[in-house]
Amino acid sequence: MFRSVDEVAARLAETGYLASPAVATTVFLADRLGKPLLVEGPAGVGKTELAKAVAEVAGAELVRLQCYEGVDESRALYEWNHAKQLLRISAGRDESWDETRTDIFSEEFLLPRPLLTAIRGDDPKVLLIDETDKADVEVEGLLLEILSDFQVTVPELGTITATRRPFVVLTSNASRELSEALRRRCLFLHIGFPDEELERRIVRLKVPGLGAALAESVVRVVGALREMELRKVPSVAETIDWARTLLALGADTLDETVVRDTLGVLLKHQDDILRAAAKLDLDAV
Amino acid sequence: MTAAGVTERLTGLVGALRAHGLRIGTGETVDAALAMEALGLADRELLREGLAATLLHGTGQRPLFDPVFDLYFPRGVGAPQGRPTDREDLRDRLAAALAANDRALMGQLAAEAVDGFGGYGNSPTSDGWSSHQTLEWLRPQTLLARVRTSIRAEGGQSGFTDRLLDDEIRQRIEGFRRQVALEARRRVAERRGRDEIARRAIAPTADRVDFLFAGRAQLAELRRAVQPLARKLATRLAARRRRASRGTIDLRRTLRGSLSTGGVPMRPVLRRRRPVRPELVLLCDVSGSVSGFSDFTMLLVQALHDQFSKVRVFAFVNRLDEVTPLLVHGTADPEGLGTRIRDEATLTGWHGSSDYGVALGEFAERYGDAVGPRTTVFVLGDARTNMSDPNLPAVRQIARRARRVYWLNPEQRTQWGTGDSAAPDYAELVEMHECRNVQQLSALVGRLLPI
Repeated sequence: MFRSVDEVAARLAETGYLASPAVATTVFLADRLGKPLLVEGPAGVGKTELAKAVAEVAGAELVRLQCYEGVDESRALYEWNHAKQLLRISAGRDESWDETRTDIFSEEFLLPRPLLTAIRGDDPKVLLIDETDKADVEVEGLLLEILSDFQVTVPELGTITATRRPFVVLTSNASRELSEALRRRCLFLHIGFPDEELERRIVRLKVPGLGAALAESVVRVVGALREMELRKVPSVAETIDWARTLLALGADTLDETVVRDTLGVLLKHQDDILRAAAKLDLDAV
Repeated sequence: MTAAGVTERLTGLVGALRAHGLRIGTGETVDAALAMEALGLADRELLREGLAATLLHGTGQRPLFDPVFDLYFPRGVGAPQGRPTDREDLRDRLAAALAANDRALMGQLAAEAVDGFGGYGNSPTSDGWSSHQTLEWLRPQTLLARVRTSIRAEGGQSGFTDRLLDDEIRQRIEGFRRQVALEARRRVAERRGRDEIARRAIAPTADRVDFLFAGRAQLAELRRAVQPLARKLATRLAARRRRASRGTIDLRRTLRGSLSTGGVPMRPVLRRRRPVRPELVLLCDVSGSVSGFSDFTMLLVQALHDQFSKVRVFAFVNRLDEVTPLLVHGTADPEGLGTRIRDEATLTGWHGSSDYGVALGEFAERYGDAVGPRTTVFVLGDARTNMSDPNLPAVRQIARRARRVYWLNPEQRTQWGTGDSAAPDYAELVEMHECRNVQQLSALVGRLLPI
């Protein structure tokens, strides 16, 4: 898919995703080694966006499995279409049982769910398994076969192997430790907060109306907030929100009043707001 | 580097990481080699990211990986090319680099500085290289004012963000100090052998640092880990609670339900559990060396407080006092928590050294009603009673009234019972666990906390 790391960065940038060298390198390797990519990091740094951007670059279909507590095989992998099977049985009354049985467990009656969809068919696909840590431990076991061999076993049909391997991205917020077996099968990528220069470029790209000087100030203030011991430090998504807010307010430069009034966009806890206001020498909020 | 040399470097790197407790299989090493082949050796930063992606499995391992990588794939070898350095000239150039925030130039200056001022022993072939000596000589922290003036003089620095400038410069200087340490380690490694240095001179990750030996910076890092850790533990507790509530079959209600299906029990009914949230009592030794451990555990328990119906925390040195309200406000300022507890609570009587016997006796006497059949008690401390009476009857009394009593001891198990430690005596009465670092603590908390 890609020839070099620089090409990855350049083509991702065309879709509006500015990748750090770490991100570009790992995406390049995931493509080259054919391994799934496990992405961890704080909320709002663009983990899910990365999968979307890769799908766009590759011209691939994005197949998304959103994990949640209680997601199971029939939601993730496949399910038999019981209603249709019943119809088929009642339609063919004069058939022998053997004929009916081989017929109702054919692909026609299979409802593919995201994991099966991703490995069937010949067109390129990007499989995004979002918030893997939210799923129960049993689902991880289900993923192991798919992630290492790209195949799915349906007892009635046999093993379905991918003709064309999808590019797999798993994301996790680390609210639960994923199992070692799953980690071993993946390339690991931690997306942290971007450095100052990259974040400035991100802000300029996402909020084009913002002046260069103001963008720089915004990024510097956010950087300072991240150094404080807060309950929830602002993420890239909050930086962009803040930049949009400032643009909407028509602020040309940062000053105490503007920062004080809009701090709530960046920080989501009252304790944090008070603490940051004290550190930044704002007057009492 | 030859092909064999590269392979050897890679396996050496993997060996060093394994020696620090990372579990890396052969499969990952092969992947790393494939990654090296795909990326080539031209760009060192790409190589670093590529190896990290293939060898590491978690975010916490990165701080360990980077210094080891720098040893096995150094930026250069030998002494830097350049003019013989004198101090003022180097400081001038460093100030300029700091003002421009030019990290490449700072790295080069770090190399020159270590070469010029870091060597000790018989010159010209020094016996070793010291980052401490280099930094003492160069004193980069004194450049703050100069860098600030030069940035301001260039203009463009005005208005609101001006107040951030000092902190930013301090961070740059801190970055330079790290580069000096890195460079010194590289030079030493050339002299003494890479494997040796990789095993000895690189600090373990924060969750494996002993509570008793953690420095200021490491304690700060631990405090930052409290919230994520608490979130992880809360998920684990919730999962355990959910499993536990899928209880046994309620026969009476199953049979009653089966009447509508002609006596065939179609739908088994499970016994419902009463959602009783357990109570927690913490007794913390906050004296001297143990305080880092106690502070961390108190913050962790406070962060988990919504998992319990009631949490009460008591601190002691040789007198005991309740500190629950201090802790509730403490989450806003975790750094000052320890100091505030020691200032505002009555913890010491006639002397300042810890006395478990008196403190436990005082708890049993004054706060005996805090412990009931639903309460789980955790005692945190090293059980060093300074030769005074361990007051075992008081412990026995607490253990009788509580649901469970656990003792978390930050000392190594082999140290228990040496000197003035009364650990074996206490361990006979209550369950005592060794709890030396965050890794052990989170495993214990996940296992022992009542649900």
